[in-house]
Amino acid sequence: MNPLRRIGRAALAFLNGTGHFVLFMARAVSHCVRPPFYPRQVIRQLIDIGYYSLPVVGLTTLFTGMVLALQSYSSFADVGAETAIATIVVLAVTRELAPVLAGLMVAGRIGASMAAEIGTMRVTEQIDALTTLSTNPFKYLVVPRIVAGTLMLPCLVLVGDIIGIFGGFLIGVYKLGFNPGTFIASSWDALETIGVISGLVKAAAFGFTIAIMGCYHGYQSRGGAQGVGAATTNAVVSASILILVLNYVITELFFSR
Amino acid sequence: MSAAAATDPAGRPAMIALEDVHKAFGPKRVLNGLDLTIGRGESVVVIGGSGTGKSVMMKNVLGLLEPDRGRIMVDGRETTHLHGNERVQLMQRFGMLFQGAALFDSLPVWQNVAFGLIQGRHLDRPAAKAIALDKLGAVGLGAEVGELFPSELSGGMQKRVALARAIATEPEIIFFDEPTTGLDPIMGDVINDLIVKCVRELGATALSITHDMASARKIADRIAMIHEGRIIWAGPVDQVDDSGNPFVDQFINGRAEGPIRMQVRSL
Ligand SMILES: Nc1ncnc2c1ncn2[C@@H]1O[C@H](COP(=O)(O)OP(=O)(O)O)[C@@H](O)[C@H]1O
Ligand SMILES: [Mg+2]
Repeated sequence: MNPLRRIGRAALAFLNGTGHFVLFMARAVSHCVRPPFYPRQVIRQLIDIGYYSLPVVGLTTLFTGMVLALQSYSSFADVGAETAIATIVVLAVTRELAPVLAGLMVAGRIGASMAAEIGTMRVTEQIDALTTLSTNPFKYLVVPRIVAGTLMLPCLVLVGDIIGIFGGFLIGVYKLGFNPGTFIASSWDALETIGVISGLVKAAAFGFTIAIMGCYHGYQSRGGAQGVGAATTNAVVSASILILVLNYVITELFFSR
Repeated sequence: MSAAAATDPAGRPAMIALEDVHKAFGPKRVLNGLDLTIGRGESVVVIGGSGTGKSVMMKNVLGLLEPDRGRIMVDGRETTHLHGNERVQLMQRFGMLFQGAALFDSLPVWQNVAFGLIQGRHLDRPAAKAIALDKLGAVGLGAEVGELFPSELSGGMQKRVALARAIATEPEIIFFDEPTTGLDPIMGDVINDLIVKCVRELGATALSITHDMASARKIADRIAMIHEGRIIWAGPVDQVDDSGNPFVDQFINGRAEGPIRMQVRSL
């Protein structure tokens, strides 16, 4: 085929896909504010996303806080090491690492399962069955996941912040032999509202992204098990990339001047 | 279709009318000017080969697919492009048994059956459960089945649960997509009887799809045959044997030789 035609076709397919996605997102968001609502579904998703992700997020941030403390010690082994290390751990965890790592872990866990579940419902006609039972699939399937994702990720990240800093504290006190009181005081001094807030804003954006990607790819899936598999992969990959891009954009909004 | 064909003898509009419906998927034309009317309280069975667009026809009426051209009328009102709340409202009048059962695998059987009652009709859960267990009984499944999940049932049981779900809200219009395919002959006949009973008892208008002639003869008032995206013959069930239509003859007698050519290469 003529290479120009091929490029043109790819560009059209890309625009078409983007348009589709934007429409899907607009529909999903507009259904979020229009009744009927399905509180049972929302609660199920809140538990699934929030509660069952706690171990994954906790472990990830714990070891991240620990390794941060250990790594920075080798660079700041001289005077004022306690303050420097506490500051590094607190800033890095609250601003960047807790939101991004929690986002990526939840994208793997929740984004994949959303895409697989909704995709399976699509290819086995369960979504069509919802419609014939007078239930709007957007309100029943998509809205609860988006709401739960957007609400739960900030909660997870808040927990991750605490556990991550605690990880730094563990290494600082038990391995590097710092005074616990001093370490806690320096950590407290290093904590700033804007850092924590920006982390939580990121988390909400990531939670929305994960849920909308999982739902979108699941909803669009076609063609049996293979289609559902592809939807799952696409959901995780696209959510992960978007998380990294959004992380940069939100950091830019909060901290660049 | 003439305007006269779309009303019943009392002058009321037909319950369902498809007029010149076209539907293609990319280059593949599936429905090609399909006309079909179903009277109030009538049971119409559509027969036709696999992949001729029978399920697509049903999904167009239900609004799960949108026709490229043509009109769909339900009870005298055009519903071709209804969306959102209006579609949800319209669906309150319908029950649908999907070809693959399409049970919600995250919900136990009784909640599947009660789904339309709880979400669509806003009944409280205990009342809906009582009705659901009642309907399960009507399709020959005990209350203990209600607590199982769809994946724990055999194919025949899933079909019966799907039937119970389709009739649970006692809809005016019920669609059955291959209700007996994949069942043993005895269970198939049990389902046929159930369909006949439901349609009689509820006084519902029914549209069924099957390629099982025994089933078609049992549940139909009228039979229509689909071929290449059009209805090529329609008539009362007792005329199907002397339709004078070679396509219908070939189909109901299950002959490989005839005007319908299967796309197979000889060995
Ligand atoms: N959503 C769809 N996308 C693309 N092609 C479809 C879709 N649904 C059905 N088809 C095609 O339409 C044709 C008719 O399908 P269907 O109505 O399911 O046949 P049947 O008469 O056996 O029920 C088939 O060739 C099928 O491949
Ligand atoms: Mg079919």
